[in-house]
Amino acid sequence: MKPSSDLSLEQSPNTRKINWFKVDVRAYTMIGALLIIWVLFGSLEERFLSATNLSNLFLQMSSTAILAIGMVLVIVAGHIDLSVGSLVGLTGGIAAMLNVWYDWNTVPVIIATVAIGAAIGFIQGWIIAYRAVPAFIVTLGGMLMFRGILFGSTGSVTIAPLSPSLRTLGQEYTTDIIGWIIGGAGLLLAGYLALRKRASRIRYGFAVEPNSVSMLRLLLIGALILGFVYLMNSYKGIPVPFLMVVVLALIFTFISKNTTFGRQIYAIGGNPEAARLSGINIKRRVLYVFVLCNTLAAISALVSTARLSAATMSSGQNSELDAIAACVIGGTSLMGGSGTIVGAVIGALVMASLDNGMSVMNMESFWQYIVKGGILILAVYIDIYSRQRKKTA
Amino acid sequence: MTAALEMRNITKEFPGVKALNDVTFTVRKGEVHALCGENGAGKSTLMKVLSGLYPAGTFDGEILIDGQTKHFHRIKEAEEAGIAIIYQELALAKNLSIGENLFLGQEPSKFGILDWERLYKESERWLKEVGLSDVNAEQLTGSLGIGKQQQVEIAKALAKNAKILILDEPTAALTEQEVDILLGILREFKERGVTCIYISHKLNEVFDIADSITVLRDGMTVGTYRTNEVTEDQIISMMVGRELKERFPRIEAMPGDVVLKVRNYSVMNPDIPGKKVIDDVSFEVRKGEIFGIAGMMGAGRTELVMSLFGSYPGRSTGTVEIEGKPVRIQNTEQAIKAGLALVSEDRKKYGLVLGMDIKSNMTLASLKSVSSAGFINHNQEVANGNSYIRSLRIKANSVETIVGTLSGGNQQKVVLGKWLLTAPKILIVDEPTRGIDIGAKYEIYNLMNELLRQGVSIIMVSSELPELLGMSHRIMVISEGKRTGEFKAEEATQELIMAAATGGKER
Repeated sequence: MKPSSDLSLEQSPNTRKINWFKVDVRAYTMIGALLIIWVLFGSLEERFLSATNLSNLFLQMSSTAILAIGMVLVIVAGHIDLSVGSLVGLTGGIAAMLNVWYDWNTVPVIIATVAIGAAIGFIQGWIIAYRAVPAFIVTLGGMLMFRGILFGSTGSVTIAPLSPSLRTLGQEYTTDIIGWIIGGAGLLLAGYLALRKRASRIRYGFAVEPNSVSMLRLLLIGALILGFVYLMNSYKGIPVPFLMVVVLALIFTFISKNTTFGRQIYAIGGNPEAARLSGINIKRRVLYVFVLCNTLAAISALVSTARLSAATMSSGQNSELDAIAACVIGGTSLMGGSGTIVGAVIGALVMASLDNGMSVMNMESFWQYIVKGGILILAVYIDIYSRQRKKTA
Repeated sequence: MTAALEMRNITKEFPGVKALNDVTFTVRKGEVHALCGENGAGKSTLMKVLSGLYPAGTFDGEILIDGQTKHFHRIKEAEEAGIAIIYQELALAKNLSIGENLFLGQEPSKFGILDWERLYKESERWLKEVGLSDVNAEQLTGSLGIGKQQQVEIAKALAKNAKILILDEPTAALTEQEVDILLGILREFKERGVTCIYISHKLNEVFDIADSITVLRDGMTVGTYRTNEVTEDQIISMMVGRELKERFPRIEAMPGDVVLKVRNYSVMNPDIPGKKVIDDVSFEVRKGEIFGIAGMMGAGRTELVMSLFGSYPGRSTGTVEIEGKPVRIQNTEQAIKAGLALVSEDRKKYGLVLGMDIKSNMTLASLKSVSSAGFINHNQEVANGNSYIRSLRIKANSVETIVGTLSGGNQQKVVLGKWLLTAPKILIVDEPTRGIDIGAKYEIYNLMNELLRQGVSIIMVSSELPELLGMSHRIMVISEGKRTGEFKAEEATQELIMAAATGGKER
C-alpha cells in the first residue's frame, strides 16, 4: 500500500541518506517547550532569566539529571527503578558518615560511595535479571529498605558539615578562564567528530554534505557553547555539577548510540524474544543496566550531598519519581525500546525550571506538585496523541 | 434477490496513497465469497471500512446491507448490523472460560448480576452450532487448541447474531485436519443461509469452499467470478498481474557432505515433567539441500528446530554434530557461533524489533561484525544493510526505515537478511512464507535457491504441503514427536506425507 516508495532503491546503490539537521522532531519539540516555559517565567518575573538564577537552575537540575540518565537505560530495557531516590539518601548518608565521622578523604569517599552504588545495582539487577522477580517489586522493596538502612545507620540525624574538598562536587564553579577553556575544548571536540564522520563516510562511498552546511552547524554549536559559558561566567562560572551532567550525558549518549551494548538494550526493550533469538544475553545486559543506573544514583548522591554539605534523612525523597518523569517528558517510552539520554536531560531541565520558576515567583510549594504532575500527564498525552495520528495517517 | 452486502465505489485515501480506489464488492445472500489479493492489495482496508474501524466519512462510497444504506461510525454499529470479523489473531481472553468468552460484552444478567446458569446453558447451544458439542463451556479457553479456539470465536460471532461472517486468513495457524473441520462448518452455514466472506492466500481452500471470488489488486477490483468459471492459475495471475510460470522454482540438489547429524534427539516438555515433545528423532542434513520437516501443528516441528537452536526451554538429550564435530548448544549465542540460523515462524514476535529500523534489525544477530571492541561502526552497518536491501530486493526508502511500517513480505526479507549476515552454514526456516503474498513467496524461494548454490543447507518447516513438496529435496515427517517417515522429493506425495503425519495410519 505504499507504491510511491518502491522506486528509490534500484537507482541508489550506495546511499546513506543525509539528514541536514539530524535531530529528531521530538527533541526539537522538547527544546521548544523548554524555551516556552523560560519565556513564560521570564516575562512574569524578570529575575528568572538572570545569570544568577539560570546558574542556580543548572545547579538544581544536576542531581535529577544524573538520575534520569541512568533511568533512561532501565526504562528503555523495559524495566523501572523505584529505588534510586532512597539510594541517593543511603549512599549520600554513607558518604557523609565516612567523611564527617570517620574523616575519610575526598577521593576514597567518592570511590567507596560509587562502589556501594554499583554493588547495590548488582544485587538488585541480579534478582531482577537472573531470578525474574519484577523490577517494580525489587526496586520498591529496595526503596523501603535503603531508606530504613539510612535511618538505622545514622540514628536519624543530619550529618554535617562535609570537608571543603568534598563540597567542591556540589558547590564549586569553574573560574572564567577554565570555563572558556572547557568551552573551547567542547568546540574542538565537535569539530573533530564532524571531520571524522565525514572522512568515514567518504571511505564508505556515502554522500557527504557540503562543507558550508557543516560549517554552519559547527557555528551554531559554537555559538551555543560559548554563549552558555559567557552567561555562566557573568555570574560565578559553570557549576561543577552541571559539568558532570554534560560529561555523563555525552558518555551515555555514546554508549546508547554507538556501542553494541546500547543497541542490545534497545532491542531487548523493543522485543525481548527477538533479542533473545538473536543471540543476545538478555540477563547479563539487564544486570549491567541496573549496575549503571545505581552507580549513577551514587554519583547523584555525592552531588546533592555535597551541595547541601550535609546528609539529611529526607535526601533523595521522591527523586525517583522526578527522574522517571524527566525520562518520560523527554520522550522515553515506558513500554521500553525507545528514549534518549538528551531527552531525559532536557526533561530534567523542564522539571527543574518549573520548580525554580515557581519559587522565584514566590508561589506556594503546593503549586509545584500540582503543576509538575499536570505537565507530566500533558507531555505524555501530547506524545501519545501525536503518535496515534502518525499511525492512522 | 437483494445482495446481503454491497460496497459501492469505495475509495479510501491515506496521505499520499490511495489504498482503495473505487472498489465495488457485492456478496450474495448465503454464499461463501472469497476475497483474494496480494498483501497490500487492499483486502484488510476494505474490511476495516466495512467493520466501522474506519468510520463513515473517512472514506468515499456506499455500504448497503440487505439493500439498506448504512453508515457505521463505530465498530459497535457494524456489529449491530450483523457484521462479525474473525481475525487471524484470535481475540479471545484465554484465561476466561469458553462461556464467558462467548458472551463477552453481552453477558446474560439481571440487574447487573451475572446469570451463570443461562450463560452456560446458551453456550452449549452455540458451541453445538460450530461442532463443539463435546466441549465443556466452563473450561478455560486457553486450554483449547488453536483450531477449537477459532471455532469458539465463530460461535461468539453467532451468539452476537452475525449475519455476515468475515474470516480473515482463518487457516493460517491450523493443521490440515482443523482446516477440514472449519471448512465443514462453513459448508453447513452455507446450507443454513449464513453469508461468509473468506479472505485467504490459500487458493486450494478458496476453490474448495467459495461460491464466488473477488480479486483485488493495488486497491482496485479486478473482478468477481463464479468459482466454477475460473481456474487457480487464472486467479493467481489476476492477483499478481502477471503469469507465474512456476510456483516452486526448485533447483537440483547438489548434495555434498553431511553438515548436520542429529542422533536420538529427544526434547522434554518444559511444563509437563516426563512428557517428551520430541522423542528419539534422528536425521542428517547435507550441504546444499533443502531438508523439509512436515507434520501437523503441535507435532513438535517447531519445538525440534527451536531446541536445536538452543532456544527451547525444555531439556534435550541425544547428539548433534555439525560438520563432523559434536556440539552442545544451550543458548542462541552458541547456536549462532556453531553456524545455525533460525527464521522463526512468527516474525513479529520472534524475529523483529518492529520499532527499530531495517539496518539495526539486520545487524542484531551479527553486531560483532560491524563493531570493534563493542563500538558500532555505523557506516559499516549501513553498508551491510544496503547490500542486503539490494540483494533481497526489500522495498523500502532506506536502511533507516522503521521495520514496523514494511509489508509482511518485506519484513520477512529483513529477518532473512539478519540471518544471512551471520553467514550461517545451516539456515532453519520455520513457516518461511506464512502470511506473505505470492509474489514475495516466489522471491523467497529464489533466495533459498541462491543460498543452496552458495553451499548453505536449509531446513524448512512448513504447514503448506505444496510448498514443502515443491521446494525440498528430502522431507522428514514427524507425528506426536516421533519420526514417522522420510521421503525423497521424487517419491513424496501429499497423501504419503499426510498418512505419515497422522501417525502412519490410513486416513
